[in-house]
Amino acid sequence: MNYYITDNLAGSVSLKDIPEVEYAALYNDLKERLKQDSYHVAHYFATPDGNRLRFYILLLDDAAHKVMVASFSMEYYEDVALPSLTALHPALHVYEREISELYNVEFDSMPWNKPLRFPFNRRNRNSTMDNYPFYTIEGESLHEVNVGPIHAGIIEPGAFRFVCNGENVLHLEIALGYQHRGVEQAFCSTENHLRQTLLAEGIAGDSAVSHATAYATTIEKLCGKRASTALDVERTVALELERMAMHIADTGALSMDVGYQLGQVACEALRTMTINTTQAWCGNRFGKGLIRPCGTNKPLTAEKVEMIRTNVKEIRRRYNEVREDIKSSPTLLSRFEECGIVPKAEMQRIGGVGMAARASGVKRDIRASHPYAAYSTEIAHENIVKRQGDVMSRLMIRSREVLQSADYIEQLLASYTPTELSRPDYEAELAAEALSFSMVEGWRGEICHVAITDNKGAISTYKVKDPSLHNWLALAIAVRGEGISDFPICNKSFNLSYCGHDL
Amino acid sequence: MGILFNTLLMIVVAIAIPGVINRTRALLAGRKGLPFMQHVRNVRLLLRKGTVYSTTTTALFRIAPAVYLGAAIVALLFIPIADLYPLISFEGDVICFAYTLALARVAIILAAMDTGSSFEGMGAAREALYGALIEPALMIGFATLAMFCGYTSFADIFEHEQSFNLHLTIVMFLIAYLFIKITFVESGRVPVDDPRTHLELTMIHEVMCLDYSGVDMGMIHIAGWLKTACFSMIAANAIAATCCFHWWFAVPLAILLTGISVGIVESTQARNKLVRNTTYIVTISALAALIFFVGYLLQLDINI
Repeated sequence: MNYYITDNLAGSVSLKDIPEVEYAALYNDLKERLKQDSYHVAHYFATPDGNRLRFYILLLDDAAHKVMVASFSMEYYEDVALPSLTALHPALHVYEREISELYNVEFDSMPWNKPLRFPFNRRNRNSTMDNYPFYTIEGESLHEVNVGPIHAGIIEPGAFRFVCNGENVLHLEIALGYQHRGVEQAFCSTENHLRQTLLAEGIAGDSAVSHATAYATTIEKLCGKRASTALDVERTVALELERMAMHIADTGALSMDVGYQLGQVACEALRTMTINTTQAWCGNRFGKGLIRPCGTNKPLTAEKVEMIRTNVKEIRRRYNEVREDIKSSPTLLSRFEECGIVPKAEMQRIGGVGMAARASGVKRDIRASHPYAAYSTEIAHENIVKRQGDVMSRLMIRSREVLQSADYIEQLLASYTPTELSRPDYEAELAAEALSFSMVEGWRGEICHVAITDNKGAISTYKVKDPSLHNWLALAIAVRGEGISDFPICNKSFNLSYCGHDL
Repeated sequence: MGILFNTLLMIVVAIAIPGVINRTRALLAGRKGLPFMQHVRNVRLLLRKGTVYSTTTTALFRIAPAVYLGAAIVALLFIPIADLYPLISFEGDVICFAYTLALARVAIILAAMDTGSSFEGMGAAREALYGALIEPALMIGFATLAMFCGYTSFADIFEHEQSFNLHLTIVMFLIAYLFIKITFVESGRVPVDDPRTHLELTMIHEVMCLDYSGVDMGMIHIAGWLKTACFSMIAANAIAATCCFHWWFAVPLAILLTGISVGIVESTQARNKLVRNTTYIVTISALAALIFFVGYLLQLDINI
């Protein structure tokens, strides 16, 4: 099979260079390739191209650190059913469901073709959230518990339907789409790069830096300007600060959910310290305004470098104490261990990504497999992987990644001398008829942005993938067989994004 | 006079315990924490509010908070404070006390089922199970007291056994420990339940009250304080009977015993996995049985 081979650092690809293949060839090739652990799909989407519907697929080869791009097309209104890849590799279910929902493309023998997020421009307007086809199981001793879509806390909307036998969960189905805002369309409806950057920062508020970095890199590739080494270092520091802040926050949230007050208050204080460090750097606690295409408005100064290094050292020291506390507390271990297990084979099958996948033993980390920014130069990232796949291992991955991030920041900043950095460039011309993508390992997992430009160099298709898209299914699998009262800690151990999924 | 003073002091204890718990927790968390009387202010606010009723509920749902509070008040009147006599006292009032509180539990469970909500149904099932499991502990505890002292009324039990003797001291301290444990379960604190949690799926007591608002909610809160005060005072009485049988000793003891122990446990420990609660509560019953046998052996006056 013919692929266009590139990597995460290379520039944009001219659409002419992307081989257009027959679906049958692609199907047969993917069928075999995806059996190997080292391959997974970063994105697979369809987009109208004149009177045709053109499909693009980005296949990642983790072993060779390459990205393989291919495409195929069909008549826009063609009424042919494509054989479903989901049937063989369930990891692709989100992509096929999206394509099917948007363009009415039929996938033959697809096991469970449910709507993904009910976008306004879906083909089947009769399918609405109100008649979402929840899976039901009949039985005398079974009962259903519905949670949401409006939740008691300040979290986002999403409907959870549990089928329970007493206290035990037999099945959980998660229905999302309530947060759909049309982000991808919004990218195409403006040519203003500043506005697009702000959109990227708003895709998922807790991953503002990661999404903005993915967007900025995508645009830089399209205008042929690579970020300077110094800018890469600063972005990497921002990414790692975000990772630290969120992992610490989640450690605190997990402590809170099991009623462990000491862990909760300690982590809340440390998280505040971390995001305040980001704020002292760029004026926003979540790093909004920090990442801009082709440059930055908030370059580091010598004082800021010192401030970040001191704070990060202190956070690392104090967080390590909390971590030791959690590890040595029997009441916490009895809650977290052997709870919400996703076995490795299952995680592999459903295509889990990021820290949740690493907690189940699936080595998936863009920083190591498809390095970008400073991970391709100064840092040789080493995956932190655990085998158990339970709540405890997800928590331990988080806590070890906090320490690792702190070390990376120290490593990067110790030898860093602030220099004059370029200002952001919102006017840059984009390459016409090109495809550009960028992958970033956010704190949750791999984020993938893909942009396609038309013949005038305006963005005609923009596709975003948040790691939550894959991992929601992992949560549903984690709670199978668990007590329903353990759902909150399973949920918190993944801490997935609703708006990242719904876009 | 003394009898009314007793009731008054019980109310003071009931109000003070949540305050001490909150202060202890704040201290251990290194926070400023809530004001001591914040819980009273919250309830005062609730009592000034109107109530909203779900359309799926019946009269049962509206009566339940009154029954719950009423039962808790009656139960409170059985409890002596060391040398202060309770308002109600008769032979066998320990049994009456236990089942008055059981009535309160039944009322709130029925009300929860009445709403038809799947959350509240789960909460009711949990409450019913744990209520049934803790009952043996309570009964065996009372049986130990009755056997050792020869009376079946709280007032008589504690009144007539205040001379110092080693056997009595051992049994009474064990009984106090048992009743502190029971207090944790009955008032729904960590490790059994967590009154602060916002997660409906993990709640036990709170989830049954999700549909209540305003005055009803206030009544349920007050009843909870009173219940805690009753159990805490039984534990304090048991200790007071061995060393210092005066109300001015028993009252602070009751407040501090529960207030500080709950505060410390809630700060330093996670709550149980729900399935482990059963084991935890059955263990309390087992502990009660052990105490009963210890009491029995000591009463036989075997030389130990």
